[in-house]
Amino acid sequence: MSKERIKISPDLYDIMPSDYQDLVQSATYGKEDRGWKDIGTSKELIEQHSLCAGCPESMAFRYILASLPNPEDTVMVGSTGCTSLVFPMVAVHNIHSLFGNQNAIASGLKRALSVRFPDRVKDVVVLAGDGATVDIGLDMTLQAWFRQEKFTTICFDNELYANTGGQESGLMQKGFVAKMAPVGKLFDKVRLPEIARESGCHYVVNCTVSKPSLVEKVIRNSVLIAREIGPTYIQLYTPCILEIGKNSMEGLQEMRDSEKPTERFAYKEYVSEPAKQFLAELAAKDKERKAAAKQLAGKA
Amino acid sequence: MTQYRVLPGPEHFLPPAAASMGIYLPNPGEAHINGVIVPEEKAYEEAARQFLMAQVPTIFPGPLVLWAWNEKAAKKAAAVRSLYETLKECVQPGQKPMLIPMPDYRPKYPKINPEVEINPNHPNLTIWHNKIDCCMFIGVHCHQANLSLKIIRGGTSCYTVAMCAQAGHEDAMLSFRDASVEKILKLGEWIRKLKGTVKPRLASAKTSASN
Repeated sequence: MSKERIKISPDLYDIMPSDYQDLVQSATYGKEDRGWKDIGTSKELIEQHSLCAGCPESMAFRYILASLPNPEDTVMVGSTGCTSLVFPMVAVHNIHSLFGNQNAIASGLKRALSVRFPDRVKDVVVLAGDGATVDIGLDMTLQAWFRQEKFTTICFDNELYANTGGQESGLMQKGFVAKMAPVGKLFDKVRLPEIARESGCHYVVNCTVSKPSLVEKVIRNSVLIAREIGPTYIQLYTPCILEIGKNSMEGLQEMRDSEKPTERFAYKEYVSEPAKQFLAELAAKDKERKAAAKQLAGKA
Repeated sequence: MTQYRVLPGPEHFLPPAAASMGIYLPNPGEAHINGVIVPEEKAYEEAARQFLMAQVPTIFPGPLVLWAWNEKAAKKAAAVRSLYETLKECVQPGQKPMLIPMPDYRPKYPKINPEVEINPNHPNLTIWHNKIDCCMFIGVHCHQANLSLKIIRGGTSCYTVAMCAQAGHEDAMLSFRDASVEKILKLGEWIRKLKGTVKPRLASAKTSASN
């Protein structure tokens, strides 16, 4: 469906930079089962970016963009932080909001899109750092959930303000000493996943981005549930390797270490009853579709 | 009446918006040259003259024509290509017409390749790199065209033409309004008409250098 809307004018095709030609030819817009396995065989929706070498956030971005179920009709809302360095390189509509305002912007956007495009599914996905989500934007984050706004909130949790030099954030773990927080965090990490559940989110996940297939499942579920039922919240650990004193190649291990059963990013998932029912229906339909496709392939 | 004129720069780092200096937009059937309202016919002649005079006359098609949103957009793209081919036919040896796309408005600084694209947030990189001395915007959304035209006027000596599908651009040195396939092709006709009658800046630059 989407490729029909993304066409280069034939008379000017040859002058388009190759990035754009590739997007039209081999990006996975409109592909029903798109996912992280498309990475490497199709054009990704993220171009070169300016994040640090080995930054887990860049992995998260790639997996998320590969997993969005409906990228051509998705608008992402970002906020100030390292993520805002990436959005200019992303081939999905996106809006940069004032620091902390992302969920308020997304609320208005989602409503406006429903009015403007009543016959088309339009997904809104907020993607912001922990400072924007939990500290500066907590009011907007919570109020959007209280109002049951139908969009997904993704928090890239690196447990501090990374691109301003390492100040303490609400999601920083207790006792952690950062470059700009020399005394060490005196309080516990804010338990936002639990707050999200109590605030009315229908699907809440706390995990790292070490496993692409898991990220794919979580992102897909969160967007589809938000589309049909209500707000969803995903908290992904994307450690800032620079601020925690790691090398470029150590980000993945840091995430693996932090997702062990007793650690703070052990996989936790909450699914509300309506969302459970919805996912079950979705799985049944999916099974049916795959069986039909298999049957068709057998006949052919 | 304002004394301000929209002239090739470099004006200064932050040039004023021409509208704030009293320049206003043409009515249908009119255009403006340097901020002065003129009949459209005169603007065709002047735009053709500027193109034929330039060392590197360049067309910058924007997203509204580069992407085939609908049949009309594709037809405009064909007209832009035809204009470019006409320009190539009509220039003299030493002149180097270019057709450089502005595929979207993402601020891709600093990774843009100025040889193959222009970005409205830092258009000077493309202008400087290719030594463009006359350019025409077409199919660029007005707010991005205004931003870009002002940056070009502020930091380069490039002569700017806007072939605007809406009401025109005060910040261009020459602006048409209500751009259509017919108007794009008509500009091509004027270029053909003036072929051989305009002395390219290339030649005059050599003369002034020898003086």
